[in-house]
Amino acid sequence: MTRRYSAFNLFREGLRGHTGWQPAWRSPDPKPAYDAVIIGGGGHGLATAYYLAKNHGMRNVAVIEKGWLGGGNTGRNTTTIRSNYFYPESVALYDFALKLYEGLGRELNYNIMFSQRGVVTVAHSEAEMEIAARIVNAMQINGTDAELLGPDAVFDKAPLLNRGPKARYPVFGGVWQGRAGVARHDAVAWGYARAADGFGVDIVQNCEVTGFIVENGRCAGVETSRGSIRAGAVGLAVAGHSGVLAAKAGFALPIQSYSLQAMVSEPVKPCLDTVVLYLGTGTYLFQSDKGEIVVGGGLDRVPSYAQRGNPPMQRTVLSGMLEMFPSFGQLKMLRQWAGNVDVVPDSSPIIGPSPLPGLFLNCGWGTGGFKSIPAGGWLMAHLIATGSHHEISRPFDLDRFATGRLVDEAAGSGIAH
Amino acid sequence: MQRFPCPFCGPRDETEFHFAAEAGKTRPEPAGEVGAERWAEYLHLKKNPKGPTREIWVHTTCGEFFLMERNTVTHEVVGSSALGAES
Ligand SMILES: Cc1cc2nc3c(=O)[nH]c(=O)nc-3n(C[C@H](O)[C@H](O)[C@H](O)COP(=O)(O)OP(=O)(O)OC[C@H]3O[C@@H](n4cnc5c(N)ncnc54)[C@H](O)[C@@H]3O)c2cc1C
Ligand SMILES: [Zn+2]
Repeated sequence: MTRRYSAFNLFREGLRGHTGWQPAWRSPDPKPAYDAVIIGGGGHGLATAYYLAKNHGMRNVAVIEKGWLGGGNTGRNTTTIRSNYFYPESVALYDFALKLYEGLGRELNYNIMFSQRGVVTVAHSEAEMEIAARIVNAMQINGTDAELLGPDAVFDKAPLLNRGPKARYPVFGGVWQGRAGVARHDAVAWGYARAADGFGVDIVQNCEVTGFIVENGRCAGVETSRGSIRAGAVGLAVAGHSGVLAAKAGFALPIQSYSLQAMVSEPVKPCLDTVVLYLGTGTYLFQSDKGEIVVGGGLDRVPSYAQRGNPPMQRTVLSGMLEMFPSFGQLKMLRQWAGNVDVVPDSSPIIGPSPLPGLFLNCGWGTGGFKSIPAGGWLMAHLIATGSHHEISRPFDLDRFATGRLVDEAAGSGIAH
Repeated sequence: MQRFPCPFCGPRDETEFHFAAEAGKTRPEPAGEVGAERWAEYLHLKKNPKGPTREIWVHTTCGEFFLMERNTVTHEVVGSSALGAES
């Protein structure tokens, strides 16, 4: 039975020397068969299992993770959550996720530390301001919150921004989304894991899926490093490894895997209370609750599974930071790391049936799938339980590459994932 | 910083190169008779292998496209050759 976290329980455990806490989820051995098996114990896989149980009453479900829970991109990202996209299909998807995030801590009874501190995307010329106005208009028409800021309003949000006469990228204004923010990434994975476990979902770690059981042209389960597991339906949510598993299932995907890196500085006193992205440098940053400056940027340009990130991109990201915040030249950087992201030609995710019946896809989130974890899980659960699309996931089906109905967000909002 | 071997210019800084595509993709012909599924496959689908792979890169400095054999996990480059020279 999952113990509720509350101020009262915390107080009581304090008096008892914290000896009564239970592990947040069990570590069961895999059963020979489930109604549904989800491959990948990242945020999307865990959320899928949770919503299968909660929304569709399916509890005979397993999540199979080759490493440890949240050890993929979910534990490596820079945690930005926003829905400032261009196309109605994208805003419907990402704003659905943002709305779910707004109630998630309470729903999961787990503190995911969601902080809606807002995101400002800064423009550096008259021409970029016109693009900014276009994106603000699109967001407002699509029913999400957006505001066009002038330069003074941008400096109010981030007073340390470079306003010197020699700025390579002067501040002309920007796009503001106030409901955007950041959350604790591990906590999102752990919260979903604990809540799914509470419904009876088996979370199996250190178990690698090595192949698929195919019967009569249908996916009937998975082969794993801990034996075969049969399943009524199988969901694939392995981010950067989608291509590897698709090959084992006998098809290819429109996905290229790249490294994406991030860096974090020593903690310093509070000096930045929003998320800032420069269109000019491609660098974005914010201050973590611990006081560290968290810095990220674009993809490495070399297709890779190395999960370490290469020095040229690191230099680009850091020089962007110095242009944006000259005073951050004082900061000591503490850590750099990379994740393995799955990039799709139109920069939008793939959610839908795969070419192998019985196997469903949730992938292609590229550099931006943390913000969408609640929606990705909800929509994949809908697919698995009903066998058909939710209206929000329909435009993201694999068939768009043949029909030509791409949702090209790189062209729409300049988001490159 | 890694160096990539351009078959025409020799080893150069990785920032001078751009990844173009997986090797071995040939345009389906005759184009007018090719269906949407086959076009989608040619234009978008990728093997995206984890490990040894053969790729087409462009050296942006000299403008030449060439074949590079590389490992996507270790980043080790095994070799590069001019297009058309490969078997
Ligand atoms: C540096 C960086 C910064 C980012 N910043 C942001 C951001 O600010 N905002 C945002 O929205 N997104 C961001 N992202 C993207 C985001 O992290 C990902 O899109 C998201 O975490 C994907 O979640 P997932 O559950 O699909 O994948 P993952 O969390 O990667 O989970 C997939 C899991 O599958 C497992 N797996 C793989 N192969 C197998 C197998 N054969 N058998 C069993 N298990 C397997 C892996 O071990 C892994 O745990 C960033 C990513 C990186 C790397
Ligand atoms: Zn050259």
